[in-house]
Amino acid sequence: MPAFEPVLTRNFAVPDSQTLRAYESRGGYQASRKAITEMDPDKVVQIVKDSELRGRGGAGFPCGLKWSFLPKDRQETFMCVNGDESEPATFNNRLLIERDPHQFIEGILISCFATKAATAYVYLRFEYIHAFRIMERAIAEAREAGHLGKNIYGSGFDLEIYCHRGAGAYICGEETGLIESLEGKRGWPRIKPPFPAIEGAFRKPTVVNNVETLACVPHIIERGADWFKSIGTPKSYGPKLYCVSGHVNKQVCVELPLGVTTRELIEDHAGGVWKGRKVKATVPGGISMGVMSADEMDVKLDFEDIKKTGCLGLGTAAVTVMDDQTSMVDYLYNTSRFFAHESCGQCTPCREGTGWMYKIFKRIKAGGGRLEDLDVLTMMANNMGLTPGTTICGLADGAAWPVKNVLAKFRPELEEYIKKNQSSKPLVTPLQKAIAAGTVAEPVALGGRVYPAPQPALRSPGGS
Amino acid sequence: MSISFTLDGREVEARAGETIWQVARREGVEIPHLCYSPAPGYRADGNCRACMVEVEGERVLAPSCLRRPSPGMKVATDSARSKAARAMVMELLLADQPPREAAHDPDSKFWRWADKLGVTESRFPARHAPAPDVSHPAMAVQLDACIHCGLCVRACREVQVNDVIGMGRRGHHAKIVFDLDDPMGHSTCVACGECVQACPTGALMPSSVLDKEGRKSREPDRSVDSLCPYCGVGCQLTYQIEGNKILQVDGRDGPANHNRLCVKGRFGFDYVAHPQRLTRPLIRKPDVPKDADDFVDPSDPSTHFREATWDEALDVAAAGLRTIRDTFGGRALAGFGSAKGSNEEAYLFQKLVRTGFGGNNVDHCTRLCHASSVAALIETIGSGAVTAPFSECVHSDVIVVIGANPTVNHPVAATFIKGAARRGAKLVVIDPRGQGLSRHATHHLRFKPGSDVALLNALIHVIIEEGLYDRAYVDRFTSGFEELRARTFAFSPEKMAPVCGVDASTLREVARLYGRARSALIFWGMGISQHVHGTDNARCLIALALLCGQVGRPGSGLHPLRGQNNVQGASDAGLIPMFLPDYHRTNDPAAHADFEKYWGVNLDPEPGLTVVEIMAAILRGSIRGMYIMGENPAMSDPDARHAREALAKLDHLVVQEIFLTETARHADVILPSTAFPEKTGTFTNTDRRVQIGRAALQPPGDARQDWWIVRDLARRLGLGWNYEHPSEIYEELRGCMPSIRGISWGRLEREGAVTYPCPSESDPGHELIFAEGFPTPTGRGKLVPAEVSPPDELPDDAYPMVLTTGRLLEHWHTGSMTRRATVLDRIEPEAAVHVAPADLRRLGANPGDRLRVSTRRGSIELAARSDRDVPPGLIFIPFCFAEAAANLLTNPALDPFGKIPEFKFCAAKVEATGAG
Repeated sequence: MPAFEPVLTRNFAVPDSQTLRAYESRGGYQASRKAITEMDPDKVVQIVKDSELRGRGGAGFPCGLKWSFLPKDRQETFMCVNGDESEPATFNNRLLIERDPHQFIEGILISCFATKAATAYVYLRFEYIHAFRIMERAIAEAREAGHLGKNIYGSGFDLEIYCHRGAGAYICGEETGLIESLEGKRGWPRIKPPFPAIEGAFRKPTVVNNVETLACVPHIIERGADWFKSIGTPKSYGPKLYCVSGHVNKQVCVELPLGVTTRELIEDHAGGVWKGRKVKATVPGGISMGVMSADEMDVKLDFEDIKKTGCLGLGTAAVTVMDDQTSMVDYLYNTSRFFAHESCGQCTPCREGTGWMYKIFKRIKAGGGRLEDLDVLTMMANNMGLTPGTTICGLADGAAWPVKNVLAKFRPELEEYIKKNQSSKPLVTPLQKAIAAGTVAEPVALGGRVYPAPQPALRSPGGS
Repeated sequence: MSISFTLDGREVEARAGETIWQVARREGVEIPHLCYSPAPGYRADGNCRACMVEVEGERVLAPSCLRRPSPGMKVATDSARSKAARAMVMELLLADQPPREAAHDPDSKFWRWADKLGVTESRFPARHAPAPDVSHPAMAVQLDACIHCGLCVRACREVQVNDVIGMGRRGHHAKIVFDLDDPMGHSTCVACGECVQACPTGALMPSSVLDKEGRKSREPDRSVDSLCPYCGVGCQLTYQIEGNKILQVDGRDGPANHNRLCVKGRFGFDYVAHPQRLTRPLIRKPDVPKDADDFVDPSDPSTHFREATWDEALDVAAAGLRTIRDTFGGRALAGFGSAKGSNEEAYLFQKLVRTGFGGNNVDHCTRLCHASSVAALIETIGSGAVTAPFSECVHSDVIVVIGANPTVNHPVAATFIKGAARRGAKLVVIDPRGQGLSRHATHHLRFKPGSDVALLNALIHVIIEEGLYDRAYVDRFTSGFEELRARTFAFSPEKMAPVCGVDASTLREVARLYGRARSALIFWGMGISQHVHGTDNARCLIALALLCGQVGRPGSGLHPLRGQNNVQGASDAGLIPMFLPDYHRTNDPAAHADFEKYWGVNLDPEPGLTVVEIMAAILRGSIRGMYIMGENPAMSDPDARHAREALAKLDHLVVQEIFLTETARHADVILPSTAFPEKTGTFTNTDRRVQIGRAALQPPGDARQDWWIVRDLARRLGLGWNYEHPSEIYEELRGCMPSIRGISWGRLEREGAVTYPCPSESDPGHELIFAEGFPTPTGRGKLVPAEVSPPDELPDDAYPMVLTTGRLLEHWHTGSMTRRATVLDRIEPEAAVHVAPADLRRLGANPGDRLRVSTRRGSIELAARSDRDVPPGLIFIPFCFAEAAANLLTNPALDPFGKIPEFKFCAAKVEATGAG
């Protein structure tokens, strides 16, 4: 295999890479000119279809196929670009926007031409104020230069791009939650069908794509579908930005062909595990994808192979490394707290389930765990999310997967923790908790029900 | 078009638009559901995940409340997967609930489903129970029972369109909030109670059924389907009764309200059981003189009255009336009936006056509300009723609301208007005061009070000059176009802008909006009618609609919002001085002859006097005796002090009432009668819909049915009446009213509501009328131009402010019912004058301070309320407060056509009297 030459990040090191001048000097906006002046939209869709480009946002849905779901007789189409990037440990979209905004804009331009969208909304994570400002500047530059606006390249094609900042909710990274939020409503995912391609933003046919997916598009147009398919592994083609974080010596975002292994990422690119320790577990692509054990470090990180490990999928390809001194109880406590905080509260299984999982882990961590908690957790994890089919969106799957994977791969550790950590002290009272948190406690809540103390009568830890 | 699919292995048909849940219910397959309500107006939301079903070949389960079947689909409602999912949902929800034995409502929809699914306990720990919120006088919020199904949010935001309840916070912390998480009682909640009716768990319940621990402790032992006694919307409801007490009121799916109610209709019923109810006939003590300023304590009338038997009271009442009739003639007597009574009572009362007294001096409060509208409607289109029901606005492109405040006075009708606006209809509100609809309006024209004709003529001017009118319609169905064109030519928006205070471009924009609408509906209320130019105002509105052909088609029409629950019916039944039943003029020879024959007595052809004229006639000495049934002119008439003087001057006054009202203080005989929930009768709402109200309670003490009292009084005046049931009276009325000929008593008992005109029993009734011309001699609608005339009393140096009057959401008219309804009076307990914040500052007063408001007729003291909806220079006083009766101040100047007083405009002066 020839040495991989970076594609999406090739301009990152160029001085002033976020300016139009720098981008055009590196051959920028040639692909969009070629697509818009020489091709018709269907041809562009066909090329992207042929390239088998799969969505980089997490689910890996084929991009060209998604575009072809738009109704043929549509009057108006919207493009929504998902730059909410709220999956923990993921930061590739931020770099793509901050370092090379014009590559991204060119991707939007070609994709909108292909899908006949005259308006594109870029939904940016609230915290990405820097990226937002860079995008605003880049959009102004591109409009000035005639890459955006009316009658682009004399083709009659019009496009306006608007940047919209979210307000800090994980759920707005879900495509229909994003659309609701964009419309100014509470970010609650919509019930599908209808899918956004039929009824999306403002009830019009809408395409929702990730930033990195669109950034690939100019290169596919420029170099062809075959070139794209020459990179990566079967069914997972093209370059991918991998983020590595956690207990490594160097946290990086690195562009590699799809299909590298965790071991390669850690050893070749992240400088190995910190403090000379060993890997205990890794999260393959954002915490909602589940967890891999140290034995699974040679599994290829692409859309297909990773499923063999029992993980949900590749996700955002943001690898988080945990060293051998990390407690899986802490890991689960943190993930469950995250999902309980981020559940939108719409569907019962997720609203109640994520909350109870968090409470159970909190109790286990505090020394009040019971062995049968693990069975309840398994049952709950198996009953929430899109996979059992009980919720509207996939957030609950993300909450369930770490639990499922840890219980499958690290159950002995949890059992041991529960047995060893039985606190003799009574658990924190609501009043103590309120004082610690500096909040005003509700008198009724204090006088009312409190957490039940651990009940040894059920099945004693360490006992038969 | 129906399709077929497989449900639990059976081939079933789904009709167009049906969901899997709806088909299953029709087929007798029960699917659990919590966040879904099959009630009208509730969108399925699919969030509780209790109704999940498995569709063969699909990866995920589908919410049956939302999913529509496709041909050949194979659906399993009780597969292992869907059962597991459901059990999990119930177990998760159960974890948070108070234990069953402590449940707020152990019989809630939630608990019934938990029972059916056999889920009785949860393995999950309970969260902290949120504190109960009992800040509202009518409803308790106990969120420990909340399952976050969002039905209350949909009730508040989508059904009633009040936008108070929302889902706050996120995920496990998600919480039902009022406004910005305020206590319910401090929020902008209007207490319609829709959320209480929708809640499936007992988290939101009426306080009336709860004990101190917040648990449901009282159960109704029977229920009666009836109507709401308050406004003209005509909501159908069900009284839930325990013993002889109304425990709770639920909205019913009537054609006017679709389950919706407002605060009065849901929580305003305990006035019926108020200790001040009159239970024995009272006769004035011989040594107590009458005085206009007299005060009688309604709790203790013994200072002025003594109790009597019915026979004695009726004998005295009849003797006085008979003596005056026989000495001075029938025209020396007058009667006020009531628009709160049934059609039967109205008919019987006017028949008593016309045949027993022998004159036409009979009127009721329609004179004070829509007399001018009716005068204009009869003059132009030959009919005094609405041309379309208010719910027709859901089909309108453009809705104009002028001089009406429906969110306060017709709250349930307002829900339809707000809903239509939310779906994209253009709403134009024309009113000097801001109001609840303003927020939903595309245009709010806050014009100068009293300049209505200038504004409306400018709109007509634009529509004619810009050619926006419907030529074909004008040619075919109207007359008087050229004159209207000539007379409105001078009223260009540019000229009228300074007169009405709305800029010319806005006037043009609104005129174009109305002129170009495919369908447009005009609503109006007292702001139009209660002026000396009230008839002219209504003429302009009618001209607008006729010019643009906006009558008789779906979504178009003219709708004067009728105030009282039976003001339409009482007018139809002839409770007005110039019309016999069905609007036959008393001096129309043919009608006169017909009714002499129908009633078998000689009738006076001369039209009688109207409400305000009767008061003047008393003071002149030409009227000496009166019979007043259910009206309170001492509070409701303009220049009420003058009215009270007149009442005190009467030689003989018989008052038939449920409370000792301000009017009854001046009576010689007081006859205790029945309140709405105690009587059976028919009532006609603002839509011309005849509906039946059923007695739910026993009247207190010796109070009697109104029809019984009228009948027995009539017998003592020499009329041989033998009615034994309201149905007999109704059938007699039907015999002289062709428009309701097809609506028999039996049909009403079966169907509950039928809209007239309805010529035969098989006719479904007609909601939209006048698609093809009008019931005028020519068949055409008449375009009548109106000239600008100023209000009768303009502000000057001595009285620099403009006083306008009206109602509050919680209080009905003169307050005799609602001030005695616990919940309503707790929400609005105090008389207040609404003043613009800038004016209040200028007066050096703070909200809550006492202000003295004076006009040339009188002066009252009441609390100041700062109200941004009131423009500077204007003050607003509700007329429901006896302790500060607004009508002591109002101007009795009359519109020359409708004889309606100018309640909406008089000059006033406001002074601060110190901190309150």
